[in-house]
Amino acid sequence: MLSIKNLHASIEGTPILKGINLEVKAGEVHAIMGPNGSGKSTLASVLAGREEYEVTQGEVTFKSKDLLDLSPEDRAREGVFLAFQYPVEIPGVSSTNFLRTAVNQVREYRGQDPLDAVKFLTLIKEKMKLVEIDQKLLSRSLNEGFSGGEKKRNEIFQMAMLEPTLSILDETDSGLDIDALRIVSNGVNQLKSDDKATIVVTHYQRLLDYIIPDFVHVLYNGKIVKSGTKELALELEEKGYDWIKEEADKATV
Amino acid sequence: MSKDNQILEEFTSKEYEHGWSVNYEADEAPIGLNEDIIRWISAKKDEPQWLLDWRLKAFRAWEKMTEPEWANVHYPNIDLQKLRYYSAPKQSKKAKNLDEVDPELLQIYERLGISLNEQKRLQGIAVDAVLDSVSVGTTFKETLGKLGIVFCSFSEAVHSHPELIKKYLGSVVPMTDNYYAALNSAVFSDGSFCYIPKGVRCPMELSTYFRINAANTGQFERTLIVADEGSYCSYLEGCTAPQRDENQLHAAVVEIYAAKDAEVKYSTVQNWYPGDKNGKGGIYNFVTKRGICAGDNSKISWTQVETGSAVTWKYPSCILKGDNSIGEFYSVAVTNNYQQADTGTKMIHIGKNTKSRIVSKGISAGHSQNSYRGQVQVMKRAHNARNFSQCDSLLMGSKCGAHTFPYIDIQNSTAKVEHEATTSKIGEDQLFYCNQRGIATEDAVALIVNGYAKEVLNQLPMEFAVEAQKLLALTLEGSVG
Repeated sequence: MLSIKNLHASIEGTPILKGINLEVKAGEVHAIMGPNGSGKSTLASVLAGREEYEVTQGEVTFKSKDLLDLSPEDRAREGVFLAFQYPVEIPGVSSTNFLRTAVNQVREYRGQDPLDAVKFLTLIKEKMKLVEIDQKLLSRSLNEGFSGGEKKRNEIFQMAMLEPTLSILDETDSGLDIDALRIVSNGVNQLKSDDKATIVVTHYQRLLDYIIPDFVHVLYNGKIVKSGTKELALELEEKGYDWIKEEADKATV
Repeated sequence: MSKDNQILEEFTSKEYEHGWSVNYEADEAPIGLNEDIIRWISAKKDEPQWLLDWRLKAFRAWEKMTEPEWANVHYPNIDLQKLRYYSAPKQSKKAKNLDEVDPELLQIYERLGISLNEQKRLQGIAVDAVLDSVSVGTTFKETLGKLGIVFCSFSEAVHSHPELIKKYLGSVVPMTDNYYAALNSAVFSDGSFCYIPKGVRCPMELSTYFRINAANTGQFERTLIVADEGSYCSYLEGCTAPQRDENQLHAAVVEIYAAKDAEVKYSTVQNWYPGDKNGKGGIYNFVTKRGICAGDNSKISWTQVETGSAVTWKYPSCILKGDNSIGEFYSVAVTNNYQQADTGTKMIHIGKNTKSRIVSKGISAGHSQNSYRGQVQVMKRAHNARNFSQCDSLLMGSKCGAHTFPYIDIQNSTAKVEHEATTSKIGEDQLFYCNQRGIATEDAVALIVNGYAKEVLNQLPMEFAVEAQKLLALTLEGSVG
């Protein structure tokens, strides 16, 4: 579904990603871990098409399309979803209004008729249950005055509404207490299916207790330096990142 | 070319939607401004002597006045001697009702999306259509007449209700109030007049649609709304003009009088031609709007959505004379390209327990300059006066400017005056977030801007709120940089 080959990206001339290779197939869950500053969030942003990052080398194909050639909105419409680490606030725009615009633009791109108010509300009611989100929250301005947990739950709620094929969760666990973490993970797990894939970007192993990955990759200094199964995450939890750094630094010398 | 520039390019090459004009045979005053012209206009309208005298008095006062320079706007000197002060479509005979109006003129309004055909009109809105210097027709006159409501062109009211005109004309905006108000008093040609009798709640929206068609002609209309004791009305004003290279002057005066327990809601959606992307052409919009809450417990509420004009100079104000009276001002002013707007309000608290509320939302894009200028004055007798002002500015791109000039003058120590102000930029983050959910940049800007202006748009009558939302989006399309 997603194939990343030798991806290099930089911001304001500073290289951050230095040759990422990754294959993600339908039905798989991949975890990207790594120490702070290793390029995890950059990878998520580059895949979503954030303009500040310049791709200097490499290619990314998504469902046999050149992903890098698509605008951020077309990537979203093709089925790439990014759950933001820091969801932004949009004053005066209710979550419902925002989502209705989004859902209908995505549907239009896919050649589907827009949802009328009744169908849209039915869909909202159905998806709300997944992340136990309060309906009152949806009539409030998007993310404005939301608690950290509410923002993250709202991200997963949006994901449920937009039904992406590839979901990228960027540090979705940060700032969540254990209950919120359980609710959010629960939502993600229920959305999993054989034709969809998930990339979980996280610093801690904690989230992976709830969202069980098929593969774990360690990103360090802009490269994937180690890949393994969920046992690798447990090993990292126990030993920290230093041994990986040492191994990687030795290899480059 | 970056993507943003490209969008900007696409937008600026987009034509102003109402930029067309129609050729019709016109009845015009000679170019220039002097006492003879004023006599000519007055004679044309078959006015009584007292009104001509009033005009001449205003003209003589105006001659001694100078153009104000304090506003934060810059434009070349306007040569008032090179303008024409009266232009009206020639009609074979005076139309007594809409059925007699030249269909060609009615078509102008059809093309603007404003049908003067009562059957076709949205139920619940009566329209007075003003083309250049004259009113071409007013709808629903009979329906309103049954309730004793007078809604007609100003010229007509001079003949049908001289006692009301005599009593209220210039009572809120004195003829010598300011340079442009004095000019208007001397040369005004037409406009709307509206009188709501005691205890009557006007059942429909009243609206005036102003259209400038002729070239080199100034439009000087005059609107007077009188709400008698315990009455209510909601009034809406819309305006457009053809796209011309030269600047055109529009200097209107609006007066509102609210008696005891009366309420008037006045909404404007201003979409005069703003000039091209290089700042050439466009309307100079120098307008004096003021309402007086003369009686106790009265209320006047101004709502404006300002998207057009090359230069705007406009401060809809409230004089809160009656005890417990309330004044409100809700404004969204959008400037793009080289537009300049200096707009705001004055709230003058005279009576006890008077309240005012100001919500101003400025949006600047392109190379435009957008200023809020507001004055809150609490007089000695105004015990327990309350004011709340909120002035927000939203910037798009890095070449525009937003300015806030609040003036506060308090002479009574029991007054409570609050002022809040914010300035923000449409963030890349907000746009990217919308994009990532599948929303195109243009739609994202519209969504964000409408969210920002929501508090003001909510004040507009339903039908117009939708129009105003579209207009905001259209004015700002592609202005993200």
